[in-house]
Amino acid sequence: MDPKPATYAPAPLIEPGHTFGSITDKISGVVLTKHQPLAWFIVVSIGLMIMGMLGVALTWLLLKGTGIWGVNIPIGWGFAIINFVWWIGIGHAGTLISAILLLLKQGWRTSINRFAEGMTIFAVMCAGLFPLVHTGRPWLAAYWLFPYPNSMSIWPQFRSPLIWDVFAVSTYFTVSLLFWYVGLIPDLATLRDKAQHRFLKVTYGMLALGWRGSARHWQRYEHIYLLLAGLSTPLVLSVHTVVSFDFAIGIVPGWHATIFPPYFVAGAIYAGFAMVLTLAIPIRKWYGLEDFITMRHLENMGKVTLVTGMIVGYGYLSEAFFGYYSANKYEGFMIWNRMTGPYWYMYWTLIFCNIITPQWLWFKRVRTSTLGLFLVAMVVNVGMWLERFVIVVTSLHRDFLPSSWGMYYPTVWDWATFVGTLGLFVTLFFLFVRTLPMISIFEMRTMIPEAKVSGAEGH
Amino acid sequence: MSAAPVTPAAVYGLLAEFDTPDALVAAAKRVYAEGYRRIDTFSPFPIEEAWEAIGHHDRRLSAIVLAGGLAGLLTGVGLQEWVHQIAYPVNIAGKPLNSWPQFVPVTFELTILFASLAAVLGMIVLNGLPMPYHPVFNVARFDRASRDKFFLLIESIDPNFDRRRTLEFLRGLNASEINEVQP
Repeated sequence: MDPKPATYAPAPLIEPGHTFGSITDKISGVVLTKHQPLAWFIVVSIGLMIMGMLGVALTWLLLKGTGIWGVNIPIGWGFAIINFVWWIGIGHAGTLISAILLLLKQGWRTSINRFAEGMTIFAVMCAGLFPLVHTGRPWLAAYWLFPYPNSMSIWPQFRSPLIWDVFAVSTYFTVSLLFWYVGLIPDLATLRDKAQHRFLKVTYGMLALGWRGSARHWQRYEHIYLLLAGLSTPLVLSVHTVVSFDFAIGIVPGWHATIFPPYFVAGAIYAGFAMVLTLAIPIRKWYGLEDFITMRHLENMGKVTLVTGMIVGYGYLSEAFFGYYSANKYEGFMIWNRMTGPYWYMYWTLIFCNIITPQWLWFKRVRTSTLGLFLVAMVVNVGMWLERFVIVVTSLHRDFLPSSWGMYYPTVWDWATFVGTLGLFVTLFFLFVRTLPMISIFEMRTMIPEAKVSGAEGH
Repeated sequence: MSAAPVTPAAVYGLLAEFDTPDALVAAAKRVYAEGYRRIDTFSPFPIEEAWEAIGHHDRRLSAIVLAGGLAGLLTGVGLQEWVHQIAYPVNIAGKPLNSWPQFVPVTFELTILFASLAAVLGMIVLNGLPMPYHPVFNVARFDRASRDKFFLLIESIDPNFDRRRTLEFLRGLNASEINEVQP
């Protein structure tokens, strides 16, 4: 081991020795090459196979209806909402990294914001699939959800949190896509200028809109990039708040809690950072990007995961306290049933995954070990999915009257749809890694010391 | 360079190339001080000092984004009030038709959506994009502007532009290379 450094200055965000040119060549080289690591082919092949399963599951759903799923009264909300909330939460880390950390002037976001934003977009696509198909007749959903003058002269119910959700998620998707695309424009120009093949030159050229790096353009660009970050910040907080309203506005014990919005937002960021780590650790290794996504980046993400995990832990505590302190029979029964009822193993696995496991991140040895971080992140991914399962299912399966009690057993089609979206996500993500620069090239150029204008007159 | 007078249309301008942002900004300040106004710089990443040096600061986008946000706000309020009070009034749990607190989330989302669209479209339109063709692309070395080089352009329509004098002036600014830009 190295002796302890003389100062406590943080490690550099980009390994020394890089120039504007070397950064450009390294990141664009991942895209502008005929060669990909073997792992890319393996992951995309598996992803495509699992996507095929998704196709079968959705086709069968459209043919037969939601009867093929395990949902029934009293558990009318099953995998569709669980997976929706899980996926949309994962997306939140991307916006946190790209917008909130930009406003907080956290330079370390620069290496990871592009692919975290990509992750956001693909996660929101996977999330959006579930509300779309959960009726089994998605073509009917148009007039329930979107305000357009239809032939029946009826309009959506804007007092319903489900409609708020439609607006929140579609706005979130649109703004995330805009933010991502705007960030890509200068890099698309780089790819246009570097590509050898005419087809690539034209394609990247069209997407780059003729960007030429003019100072006048850069000024307006930076202006709106900051404004978009400012707009995305309240947006991302509002999205999971609205998602939590889907539950909290109802009177079901276990859902009707004021802690829900902050607790959901923290959980979303927690799940999202775990997913960023899950993706970043293998990808930086396969593509040799350790110079740009350094140990310091991974360690910082580990710290954010730990903090948000503690907030989520506070949420669980306050739920339990709420059940006790409410002196309400149903609230008290709900939390006791959650801990000791038929789904007790789900609850305690969740506590193990989300509260106990991340405590390893207190140790610097774990935070600076890619294997340690990866394992913790995988456990958190599972834990956050279990959290949604516990919130949805254990709150519903014991209705107010014992005659209405029931159990929820997901069917093979539930699992096929859920696992299928994992395939969709992985495939889309790796196609993105193949075709677009996964690290923002122009922002990385600003990270090296030569990019700073010293102010001295150079003549 | 011959001293023969040329018509301004013969070239689009002169493009000087620099190796560092420092050299670019220093040169841009000199060019601006010399009285040139039809100038621009090109760099592979945003350099705040560069647009300050050429005297450019466009603040219109703030107003455009605000206008977009207000339009979204009014759309949200108007849509929901119209739907629930005029087009399709339904009594839900005895709530008043104008139950405005429940209209806040959708109004908020539409405000953000319209403001963001205004920001991106405003940037694209004010920047004159998409513009697949621009004379600077005729300079072969300009593909380095998206990689590692820094360029300064003086357009020939600048009243101070004189092909010979401007070239001499740019040579004095430590440019590593100077090219004529064909229109």
